[in-house]
Amino acid sequence: MAVSSTDTAIRTGRVTRTLIYLVLVLFALFYLLPLYVMMVNSLKPLPEITGGGMMSLPQIWTIEPWLKAWSTAQIGVEPTGLRPYFWNSISMVVPAVAISTILGALNGYVLTKWRFRFDTILFGLMLFACFIPFQIVLIPMAAVLGFLGLAGSTAGLVLVHVVYGLGFSTLYFRNYYAVFPTELVRAAQIDGASFFQIFWRILLPSSGPIAVVCVIWQFTNIWNDFLFGASFASGEGAPMTVALNNLVQSSTGVKEYNVHFAGAILAALPTLLVYIVAGRYFVRGLMAGSVKG
Amino acid sequence: MSARPDADFQTRLQNLLPKLVLSPSLALIFFFVYGFILFTIYVSFTDSRILPFVGNGGVPAYDLIGFSNYQKLFSLSHWEIALTNMAIFAGLYIVICSALGLMLAIFLDQKIRGEGVLRPLYLYPMALSFIVTGTAWKWFLDPAIGLENIVQTWGWTSFTFDWIKNRDFAIYTVVLAAVWQSSGFVMAMFLAGLRGIDNEILKAAQMDGASNWNLYRRIIIPQLRPAFLSAFVILAHLAIKTFDLVIAMTGGGPGRATELPATFMYSYTFSRNQMGIGASSAVIMLMTIAAIMIPYLYAELREKK
Repeated sequence: MAVSSTDTAIRTGRVTRTLIYLVLVLFALFYLLPLYVMMVNSLKPLPEITGGGMMSLPQIWTIEPWLKAWSTAQIGVEPTGLRPYFWNSISMVVPAVAISTILGALNGYVLTKWRFRFDTILFGLMLFACFIPFQIVLIPMAAVLGFLGLAGSTAGLVLVHVVYGLGFSTLYFRNYYAVFPTELVRAAQIDGASFFQIFWRILLPSSGPIAVVCVIWQFTNIWNDFLFGASFASGEGAPMTVALNNLVQSSTGVKEYNVHFAGAILAALPTLLVYIVAGRYFVRGLMAGSVKG
Repeated sequence: MSARPDADFQTRLQNLLPKLVLSPSLALIFFFVYGFILFTIYVSFTDSRILPFVGNGGVPAYDLIGFSNYQKLFSLSHWEIALTNMAIFAGLYIVICSALGLMLAIFLDQKIRGEGVLRPLYLYPMALSFIVTGTAWKWFLDPAIGLENIVQTWGWTSFTFDWIKNRDFAIYTVVLAAVWQSSGFVMAMFLAGLRGIDNEILKAAQMDGASNWNLYRRIIIPQLRPAFLSAFVILAHLAIKTFDLVIAMTGGGPGRATELPATFMYSYTFSRNQMGIGASSAVIMLMTIAAIMIPYLYAELREKK
C-alpha cells in the first residue's frame, strides 16, 4: 500500500505545514509512549518507579527485572518465570501457522482455478468464520478438547488455531490466485499436468509474497491470542499472553512493576521483531483482512 | 483395453481431486464453526451448568427450558452494565478512531518528509498483544505510580487522574487504550483510499478556484466512502470482540464498571458455571456481529464475481 501519489494537487502554506508536522510528531510521541514506558521501567530498580520516576530514564541501569521475568518470577504457583510459557507459545505457533498456511494455499488454489457450483457460497461461509465472536465456540470447544484428551495441551491449541485461522489464510491465497492468469493453468492442464503438478510448478513458485503476508498475519494473531489460551490452557500449558497476565494480576506480595514491564516486552518481542523486519507485509495482511483484496 | 478402466479412474480422480483437497478444511469449518454455533444455541435453551461430556459420562443430559436463559440474561444488572458499556465503548471507539485515522491520513498525504518513519510508528500497536499494551496502560494510568504521580512530582501537586480506579470513568481509559491500538490501522485504510483518488479531478476543481477545505469536504472525503464503510465494519466487529484489553487493564472492574459482553460471557461460563446464561450471551454477541458482517461480506463477494 501507500504508493506515493505522483503529483498531489493540494497545496498548503508554510504555517499550515508547520502545524501539520507538529500534530504528526505529537501523535508519533503518543504512539511511542507505552513502548517507552515499558522500556525504561523494565531497566530500573523498583524504588525508582514507585518514587514517581516512571517517565525518567533509569538512574541505575539494571537488567535484573528482565532476568527475573524470564526465569524466576512467580507465575501462578510456580516460580518459573515466563521462559516455559514462551516455549509453549513457540511450539503452538509454529505448527499452527504452518498447517493453516498450507491448507489456505490449497483452498485458495481450488477456489480460484477449479471453480465449481456453490464455491462462492462455501468461501463466504469460510470467510464469515473469521469474524465470529469466538465466545460462540468456547463451550463446545472446551467439551470436545476434553473429550479428545487435548484440554490444556499445546496440541489442543494448535487444533483451535488451525481451525479458526483457516478463513483468513484461505482469503489471502484466494484473492492472490484470483488475479493469477488462469490460461497458464489451462495450458498446463492440456499438456497433461496433474492437479498437484500445476499447484507445485506453476502457482507455488510465484506465491512468495502472499505466503509471507499469510505467515506474518497468522503468527501475529496466534501469538497474541489470549481468549483461547485462557479458556483451554490456563495451567502449565498456557501460552505467553496468559502467563504474562497471571504475572501482572497476581495479588500476592509486592507489585514488581519493573518485572511486569520486562515480561510485557518479552511477550511483545517476537511480533515486534516481525513487524520491524517485515512491517510492509504485515500492513498488507491487515488491509486484506478488511476484505478488500 | 485393460488400461481403460484405469485411465478412467485416473481422470475421475483428477476431477474429484480439487473437491477432495478442499473437503478437510470445509469439514473443519462446518464442524468447529457452524456445528459449534448450533450447539451453543442449543445450550442456550437448556438449563446446563456444567460442560457437556465432562460431568455426565458422555451424554449431555439437559432439560430444554425455552427462552428462560434469555429472559434471565436481560434481567441481570450485570448484563445491562455490559451492554451499556458496550454502547459507550463501541460508539467512542469507532468515532474517535475514524476521526483520528482520517486526520492523520490527510496530514500524512501532504507530501510529508519522513512519512516512511511516521507511518510505521502509528501502526506498530496493531502488532502487539492487548495483554502487553493493556499492562503498559494499566500501570501508566495507575494513580499511585503513573500519570497522576508523575505530574505531581513535577510540581503540580493538586493534579489528579484516577479514571482507571473510578467507576464512572474507567471505561474511558479502555477507550483510550483501544483507540491507541487501532487508530493507526484506520489511518492506513484511509491513506490507501486517499492515494487511490484521481488527481486530475482535484486539479480541475482547483482550477475552478476551490479552496483546500472545499476540495476535501466536497470531493475527497465523499470519495472515501468505501474506506469509511470498511473502517466501520472492522472497528465495530473489533469492539464487540474486545476482551483481552479489559482483562489486562481492569479485569472488568472497578466493581463491574468495565464489564463488556465478552468478559460477561467468559465469567458466567467459566467462573460461575452458568453455561446456559453464558451461551445465550454468546448468541447475542454472534447475532450482533452477523448483523454487521453478513451484509458487508455479501456485498463484497457479489462485487468480485
